[in-house]
Amino acid sequence: MRRVYLDYNATAPLLPEALEAAVPYYASVWGNASSIHHQGREARVAVEDAREQVAQLIGADNPFDIVFTSGGTEAVNLAIRGYAYGNRARGQHIITTRAEHPAALDTCRALQQCGFDLTYLPVDGLGRVDPEVLAKSIRSQTILLTLIHGNHEVGTLQPLATLVEVAHAQGVPVHVDAVQAVGRVPIDVAALGIDLLSLCGHKFGGPKGVGALYIRRSIGATMQAVVHGGHQERERRAGTEDVPSIVALGKACALMGQRLADEGNRLEVLRDRLESEAFSRIPEVRSLGKSDDRLPNTTNISFAGVKGEALVFNLDLLGIAVSTGASCSSRQGVPSQVLEAMGVPRQVSEGSVRFSLGWGTTDDNIERVLNVLPSMVERLRMLSPLP
Amino acid sequence: MAITGSGYSPIVIDHFQNPRNVGELSDANAQASVTNPVCGDVLQLMLKIADGRIAEVRFKTFGCEAAIAASSLLTEMIQGKTVPDVQDITPEMITAALGGLPKVKLHASALVEEALKEALEHYGASHG
Repeated sequence: MRRVYLDYNATAPLLPEALEAAVPYYASVWGNASSIHHQGREARVAVEDAREQVAQLIGADNPFDIVFTSGGTEAVNLAIRGYAYGNRARGQHIITTRAEHPAALDTCRALQQCGFDLTYLPVDGLGRVDPEVLAKSIRSQTILLTLIHGNHEVGTLQPLATLVEVAHAQGVPVHVDAVQAVGRVPIDVAALGIDLLSLCGHKFGGPKGVGALYIRRSIGATMQAVVHGGHQERERRAGTEDVPSIVALGKACALMGQRLADEGNRLEVLRDRLESEAFSRIPEVRSLGKSDDRLPNTTNISFAGVKGEALVFNLDLLGIAVSTGASCSSRQGVPSQVLEAMGVPRQVSEGSVRFSLGWGTTDDNIERVLNVLPSMVERLRMLSPLP
Repeated sequence: MAITGSGYSPIVIDHFQNPRNVGELSDANAQASVTNPVCGDVLQLMLKIADGRIAEVRFKTFGCEAAIAASSLLTEMIQGKTVPDVQDITPEMITAALGGLPKVKLHASALVEEALKEALEHYGASHG
C-alpha cells in the first residue's frame, strides 16, 4: 500500500542525513561525554558541535545557553517549573493561555496545586493572545509568562515581538513553547529578547527523545534544575548525554536552517492547495485557525455532518495518516481544549481533522488525498441522520 | 480480539466500509433516535415489524467508526428475527459479534442496544 503521511505535527520521519550523522555515535563513538579520557572527549566534541548547530537555528548568541533535554515536554517542564521554583520568593503568579499544549498546561496546573497562582489568558477565534489583555493581567507578583508559538492543533503563530515587549515592560520574563515552530519558521531569540524557549527534534526531521531549552544568561541564574543527579549541562540538567540523538538533532537543525525559507514556501504552497481544493470540492467545510500568522505546514479543517475521528479512521484504511484532537479516547469526551478556547462550537470541533505536512510531503501526496476525500466525506454524510 | 493493522477486527472494518441497511423506512412502525451525550454519537433506527418478525430495518448513524459498524451489525443481527428473539440482545453480545472493541469504544455497543430497546418499546407501546 502506497502510504501518505500528513501528521508531521505528531512526529516526522528522521532526515536521512541526521540518521547518518548519528550512526557512528552508536557504533563507535560511544563514550560518556563527561569522561576525561579519549572516549569521553570525542563524545564531548560531538555534543558541543551539536549545541552550536541548535543555537544557530534559533539565533542564540552563545551555545552555552542551550540545555539538552529528553524532548520538548521536558524542556517545557524545566522552563516553567524550574523558573517558578527558583523565583518563588519574588512572586507566585504565572500567566499562560487557554490554548497551550498539555506539556505547559499540565505543568501549570500542577504548579497551581502547589500554591502558585495561575492566569489562563483567553485567545481569539484564531488562537491569538491580545497584548492589551496580557498587559492588564500582569501584577507585581507575576514572575513568568509562558505561551505556545506555533499551535499544535491549528498552527497559530503569536505576535511574539509585541507580547514579549508588553511582558518585559512590566518586568516579566517570557517562555516560548516553540516545539512546533522551530525548523518550520524563522526564530531569533536574541532579536526578540525571548528569555526561555523550548524545542524538540522530532517535529521537523530530528530524532525523538531529545530536545533543548534555550535559557537567556541572566534568567538562568535564578532557575532550579528539575532533573538532579549530576553536573551535566552546566548543572542545569543532570543525566548522561544521549550523544547520538543530540548529534542527529544538531544535524537536523543545521539542515533545516539552510532550507528554512525554501521549505517554508514549499509547504505553504502544498498546504494551501490542499485547503483550497478541499473547500472547492467539498461543501460545508471550515478552516479552523486559518490566518496569515500560521505555521506553513498545518491546516485544521472541520467537515460538517461527520465525526473527524471517523474520517481519520477511513483515511487510515486507505493508507493516509492524519489526526484529530477530538476522539473518544482523548480526554474524556472533551473534543479539544484548544478549539474550545478559540470559541469553536463543540459540533464543529468534533468534525475537525488536522493535516500537517513536512519534509517528505509531495505534490502527489496532496493529489491522493484530494482524490479520495470528497467521496469519503459524502459517504459518511449519507450515513448520518443529522440534516 | 483479532487486531488488524488499524486496531479493529476485520468485522468492524467490513461493517464500517460496507454498512448494511443504511437509510430510512417510510412505513416504519418501530423507531428510535438515541444520542450519547458524552461523545455526541446519534443513532436513528427504524424497523418494520410484520407478523411478529422484523421484516425490514434501516439505520443512520452520526458517530465514530465503532458506532457505524455496531449499528450496521445490529441490523444484520435482527433482520428477519422475531421480537422475542431480539429483545434480550445485550451490548456484550453486540461487541462479541463485532469481534471485540477497544474499551474506549464499548459505548458504541451500548448505544446500539439502547436504540433497539427503545424501538421495541415504541412498538410495544402502540401495539399492546
